[in-house]
Amino acid sequence: MEGYIHSTESFGTVDGPGIRFVIFFQGCPMRCQYCHNPDTWKLNVGEKRTVESLLEEYDGLKEFLKSGGITATGGEPLMQMEFVTELFREAKKRGVHTCLDSSGIMFNESKKAEFDELMKYTDLIMLDIKHIDDEEHKKLTGHSNKNILAFAEYTRDLGKELWIRHVVVPGITLNEKYLKELGYFIGGLDNLKALDVLPYHTMGIVKYEQLGKEYPLAGIEPATKEQAVWAKNIIFEGLKERLRDENKKD
Amino acid sequence: MAKVMPSEWEGFNGGAWTSTIDVRDFIQKNYTPYEGDESFLAGPTDATKQLWDQVLGLFQQERENGGVLDMDTKIVSTVDSHDAGYLNKDIEKIVGFQTDKPLKRSLQPFGGIRMAEGACKAYGYEVDPEISFIFNKYRKTHNTGVFDVYTPEMMSARHNAIITGLPDAYGRGRIIGDYRRVALYGVDRLIEDKQYQKSTICGTMTEDKIRLREEIAEQVKALKALKNMAAKYGYDISKPAINAQEAIQWTYFAYLGAVKDQNGAAMSLGRTSTFIDIYIQRDLDNGVITEEQAQEYIDHFIMKLRMVKFARTPEYNALFSGDPQWVTESIGGMGIDGRTLVTKSSYRYLHTLENLGTAPEPNLTVLWSKKLPESFKRYCAKLSINTSSFQYENDDLMRVTHGDDYAIACCVSSMRVGKEMQFFGARANLAKCLLYAINGGVDERVDAKTGKHNQVGPKYRPVTDEYLDYDDVMDKYTDMMRWLAGLYVNTLNCIHYMHDKYCYEALQMSLHDRDVKRYFATGIAGLSVVADSLSAIKYAKVKCVRDEFGVVTDFDIEGDFPKYGNNDDRVDEIAVEILNKFMDMVRSNHCYRNGVPTTSILTITSNVVYGKKTGNTPDGRKMGQPLAPGANPMHGRDTHGAAASMASVAKLPWSNAQDGISNTFTVIPDALGKDSGVFAGDIDIESIRESMKD
Repeated sequence: MEGYIHSTESFGTVDGPGIRFVIFFQGCPMRCQYCHNPDTWKLNVGEKRTVESLLEEYDGLKEFLKSGGITATGGEPLMQMEFVTELFREAKKRGVHTCLDSSGIMFNESKKAEFDELMKYTDLIMLDIKHIDDEEHKKLTGHSNKNILAFAEYTRDLGKELWIRHVVVPGITLNEKYLKELGYFIGGLDNLKALDVLPYHTMGIVKYEQLGKEYPLAGIEPATKEQAVWAKNIIFEGLKERLRDENKKD
Repeated sequence: MAKVMPSEWEGFNGGAWTSTIDVRDFIQKNYTPYEGDESFLAGPTDATKQLWDQVLGLFQQERENGGVLDMDTKIVSTVDSHDAGYLNKDIEKIVGFQTDKPLKRSLQPFGGIRMAEGACKAYGYEVDPEISFIFNKYRKTHNTGVFDVYTPEMMSARHNAIITGLPDAYGRGRIIGDYRRVALYGVDRLIEDKQYQKSTICGTMTEDKIRLREEIAEQVKALKALKNMAAKYGYDISKPAINAQEAIQWTYFAYLGAVKDQNGAAMSLGRTSTFIDIYIQRDLDNGVITEEQAQEYIDHFIMKLRMVKFARTPEYNALFSGDPQWVTESIGGMGIDGRTLVTKSSYRYLHTLENLGTAPEPNLTVLWSKKLPESFKRYCAKLSINTSSFQYENDDLMRVTHGDDYAIACCVSSMRVGKEMQFFGARANLAKCLLYAINGGVDERVDAKTGKHNQVGPKYRPVTDEYLDYDDVMDKYTDMMRWLAGLYVNTLNCIHYMHDKYCYEALQMSLHDRDVKRYFATGIAGLSVVADSLSAIKYAKVKCVRDEFGVVTDFDIEGDFPKYGNNDDRVDEIAVEILNKFMDMVRSNHCYRNGVPTTSILTITSNVVYGKKTGNTPDGRKMGQPLAPGANPMHGRDTHGAAASMASVAKLPWSNAQDGISNTFTVIPDALGKDSGVFAGDIDIESIRESMKD
């Protein structure tokens, strides 16, 4: 079986635990305004790779990757769900830690059986919640966040390890109300193991220029680390509020 | 009956080291491995802060003065040429400068009077005319000797930069005296040992024996001079050091003598921290000193090492991208008995980066082993993150060859301390050699003087086809490399003969055994350019572009090709093949004084200069663009991340590049992991829920 791969990175240190072999899948249905990988949007382009060739590439590097594993990211890897499932199945046969970095956008009830199969071979899920407010989410990405939040709850029901990522963009998500709501939501995810708040950066602009695309967030300043730390604390407030409320119910 | 140990050795465990000069045995019998963390370390004392402020002021003045604070133009530097110099005599715990004043650069003409004159002139000084006269008229230098014997072919190879950076006009360096011997044994005992050695060289007086007798006579003189130098500072180093302060001071005097004697391309210190630790531990156990004092000694020692300076020309500095001394100190590592060689003083040395702030010198080098104590690894990692000021080398690899008392000279050259030395050999430009193979020994650049291309290499058959054929090019390249290896080794033979004759490192060699193993170092530049070029020829189509002289000066590449640095065997194996071939060609030549040939792939800075002198190459690199440093992949061609890039480099066999393989690697901190400020790991919702109940 072959998949469309944008590229691979042999020294991923920010996409899951340890040093990881990161596979960037080609194709994404979302059009997040701050996306820094617009070159991964198109479907059915990029390099055609077999599961075997990717695992061979991993094997050649495994001395470096012992504490890490493989991360599938993109693009949206779940647009090539069958291939990811096959990749992770084979990886698990070899005892390699697997991490799925997804937007969750592809999830829906009708595909549950397929997701169940993939989850059998997935050790960790990194879910990027773009915006907690559905209307704002639509503006930011062109899609509703319903499936995404449903996917988060689905991973909770399976008890899969979950990391949540959230990009704080000044004027869009760097907003106390929304951050608190986000925290309130993820407070309901017992399987949450890490929260990663990423300050919005403008390093993607170059790629837009190369692709001849207009940069949607032109003029918006990058977020500072201080703003991200602040945002993280607000999210935690929301998270704790949820837990407090739940305690009251008990 | 047990021998009575001299009082200086009281409290030490005896062993073979008491009857023969054997520092390693002393260390093994007496050191205390340390597995704990850094919590015992002490901050800088007031004296340290005061002195360091003074030094920073001097550095500032030096910069404002155009890079040099003061130069000696009259006194030729020798081990005991200058009177004592101080920062602040009352509070300096470790003393000694190269001249009578801090940062005043000494006059060292034995490597080459022209270099010494040029260095002075560049900073607005002039060597005393009488000194110039003597060294031009009566006292021949290394530099003059070499140029007296160079063949026209050697001159041409040098001029056209296929062999570059040769130590033919300056001190070769890369020799590490076992400076610890002075502290452990005192100079008198070392002299006695040298005189005994000399007495063992008798019988038929072959040239080798005569030379060795003369050298040992020079060594004894140097040791006597060393005592005299120390005496100027009020110390009698004829006897062993009696405490930690003296052990550090004696060791430093020995090193200081070396840098007064030689302006070498790399003047490394060796492996002193664990040795010194034995003295510190003894004093601490006896309640004679406190941790603050121990750290103060080390801080003052390191401060002195930071102030070692040489007079050099701007051209020299351009080649080495700065004014490096390579005061390399090797720290840590594992013993062959499985105990770690990390001691508390390994921490104390590194801690100077916190007490004094960061600095490029001394070049602190951690000998890294998987088996190093976990706390030491963590301390190193923390300090690397905070200071970016020291380097790591693979102890697990080098220990197999050198045992557990080797040190690094310069950046990566490993040698057993006091038992092995190196003839430094600069490097051959293999990228240019590939162009010579294509052009039948003709240099690809037009010589500005003649307006033509120079015939530098032999007139082998050039490539005449429009497209390069892999087998054909490889064939021609092999022949050209064989020529280059021969010429290169023979050029070095001339250089080292003359250096021994006119600029012999008497003091450093007096701190070696009688029979040393001499590594005959060579080096290569441009390996990744060659690998990618050959890969392009093999996997893409490379068309030759010829100039009006019919010389191939550019290439059109059609299609893509595997590039070194992506863990792709198709091209990585080419790099390995070239290295192995070249090393074997070097080996097939006669090397001066039975030197054991090695090679290195380690241009860290000079690759920029070499690139300027190398034309367009078949990998698409343009004329003048830098070659990649050391064994690095070419800039931007390693597209699969750091691990893949390093995996390619790691395929190069160290056995064929024993003088070192360097991989210069820069990474922004954020690419090495998550910032703890914005990343919250180890979240446990259940326990947060519990904590909310209160």
